[in-house]
Amino acid sequence: MLSIKNLHVSVEGREILKGINLEVRAGEVHAIMGPNGSGKSTLANVLAGRDGYTVTRGAILYRGRNLLELPPEVRACEGVFLAFQYPVEIPGVNNVYLLKAALNAIRRYRGLEELDAVDFLALVRGRMQTLKMSEDLMSRSVNEGFSGGEKKRNEIFQMAVLEPSLALLDETDSGLDIDALRIVAEGVNSLRSGERAIVVVTHYQRLLNYIVPDRVHVLSGGRILRSGGPDLALELEKRGYDWVKEAAAA
Amino acid sequence: MTEPAAQAFLEEFERDPGRLDWLAPERRAAIEIYRKLGLPNPRQESWKYTDVRLLTRRRFRAASLAPAAAASAAASGHGYGSEDCHEIVFVNGRLSAGNEALPAPSGARIRSLAEAAGTEPARVTEQLGRHAADDGRAFVALNTALMSDGAVIDIAPGTDSQKPLHLLHHCAPGNAPAAVYTRNLVTVGANARATLIETYTGVAGSEYFMNTVTEIELGPGAALEYYRVQQESLAAFHVGSLAVRQERASRFHSFSIDLGGLLVRNDVDVRLAAGGADARLDGLYIAVDRQHVDNHTRIDHEQPQTRSVENYRGILDGRARAVFNGKVVVHKNAQKTDAQQSNANLLLSSNAEVDTKPELEIYADDVKCGHGATVGRLDEDMLFYLRTRAIPEATARNLLTFAFADEIIRPMPCRMVRDRLEHSVARTLPGAAVIGEFMQ
Ligand SMILES: Nc1ncnc2c1ncn2[C@@H]1O[C@H](COP(=O)(O)OP(=O)(O)O)[C@@H](O)[C@H]1O
Ligand SMILES: [Mg+2]
Repeated sequence: MLSIKNLHVSVEGREILKGINLEVRAGEVHAIMGPNGSGKSTLANVLAGRDGYTVTRGAILYRGRNLLELPPEVRACEGVFLAFQYPVEIPGVNNVYLLKAALNAIRRYRGLEELDAVDFLALVRGRMQTLKMSEDLMSRSVNEGFSGGEKKRNEIFQMAVLEPSLALLDETDSGLDIDALRIVAEGVNSLRSGERAIVVVTHYQRLLNYIVPDRVHVLSGGRILRSGGPDLALELEKRGYDWVKEAAAA
Repeated sequence: MTEPAAQAFLEEFERDPGRLDWLAPERRAAIEIYRKLGLPNPRQESWKYTDVRLLTRRRFRAASLAPAAAASAAASGHGYGSEDCHEIVFVNGRLSAGNEALPAPSGARIRSLAEAAGTEPARVTEQLGRHAADDGRAFVALNTALMSDGAVIDIAPGTDSQKPLHLLHHCAPGNAPAAVYTRNLVTVGANARATLIETYTGVAGSEYFMNTVTEIELGPGAALEYYRVQQESLAAFHVGSLAVRQERASRFHSFSIDLGGLLVRNDVDVRLAAGGADARLDGLYIAVDRQHVDNHTRIDHEQPQTRSVENYRGILDGRARAVFNGKVVVHKNAQKTDAQQSNANLLLSSNAEVDTKPELEIYADDVKCGHGATVGRLDEDMLFYLRTRAIPEATARNLLTFAFADEIIRPMPCRMVRDRLEHSVARTLPGAAVIGEFMQ
């Protein structure tokens, strides 16, 4: 599904990612963990296509295609979804209308018929229940006046409606209390399937109690220093990140 | 007073001194003021960015007296219909044919200025020019001297008018450039509530000069929701003055929308003349190509515990130019004044230009005043967010542009105005078709 090879990325002339290698297959859930500033969001943003990042070396293949040559909206149509670490407030753009336009843009791209209002509403209602979203949030502008937790939940709600093939969750757990965390994890787990890959970026192990990953990677200083199974997350929780850095330096 | 163009307006007065006979002394006094002032020029601070020479190069003649029935019919196409409001149509500055029997909502008296000038001149002269001062305002003086008609509206104390009043001003000039001068006088009695809409339109592409003045008095506890929708022809000149005086605990909420006109200048003066008076001024201007729109507002906090909130937004494309000047004067004894002002501008083209300037004059010491002005482009984070949601870049840009404007339109309490404006705004901006997907 996703194949990242020796990826080097600079921002304003400063190298942030220094040779990332990552293979994610359909059906897998990968966790990327690491201290603040290690480059996790940079990786997520590059995958989603944000401007301002220069790929100086390496390649990203998504379903065998060069992902880097596609604009963000085409990536979305191809099934890439980024749940933002800091979801953007967009005053004046209605949450539900955006979601409907997004879904129909994706369907058009795939040669499917657009959903009419009735079918769309049925779909949205179902997903709202899963994520325990209040109706009131739906009639508002995108993320406007949402609490931190509501914004994160809205991201997962959008993901649940758009059903991406590759979901990137950037610190979706931060700012969530334990109940919200459970609801969000449930939403993510309900999307786990053989055709879908999920990359969960976090710097706490907590979320991974609920979304159990197949692989865990430690990203630090722009490099993946260690990869392992779910146990690696537990070990990081106990011992912190420093031992990984030391082991890598040795 | 040597400018030939300014002279042309004087000749206009000489040619037709006979209209609104009863007001002859006022009109004569006004033309003398105008004679002294002459037309504004860029050396005057408040006309620094708006050059009216373009206007004076045309030789505008007062529009012909009788509006054709066809024009009246066309005008009503811009109306909302009598189901939803009390509507009065003026064509070329005169009460439209078929409109002789003015709607008479209970608790409100409406008549044309031409009629009131004859039958109750005292009512007219009492308010005329009381707030829209002629001195220093050449275009107001010109309006007083040359006004042809308008509406005189009195809302009785305690009235709660459910239906909005709509004054529809339509211009349908012939082949020669025409000038229209309208004057509206409005009083809202103590504790009365009303909604007043003024729409300015004209035949698409036609050239004319609309000079309009509206004077409003709000009694104690009165509340007026006021919509001014300017959708003149894109070749028209529009100079408008709004003067409001507010008594104790009265509330005035205005929405000033400018979509049309080639050269537009609006002067708004609000006097908070007694404690508890509250004014909220919302505005939106959209200018494309070579449109020029200038909004000058002035709010006088004359007494303690008065409040004003001002929020104007502009979108400029092409070589358009906008001016915003928001003056707030807090008088010496106006303690506990709360005055907030913001002006945000979105530039869609590198050739568009905005001059925005807050002007605070504060003579009291215990006040809360804030202001902010921005001139910017679309937010990159919002654009990226939308694109990750499969929205193409061009659509995302158009959508965010519309959303920026809609923040002024959407909160409008008057639904029929809001709905129509949302569509007008969407049509004015690029990408109307795609924006439609995001509206209802
Ligand atoms: N747009 C940007 N401009 C400048 N520096 C950036 C930008 N994005 C990220 N960085 C820098 O790159 C480094 C990694 O940031 P980030 O990817 O956000 O880390 P993480 O998500 O792991 O906390 C940090 O030093 C950060 O300051
Ligand atoms: Mg981050």
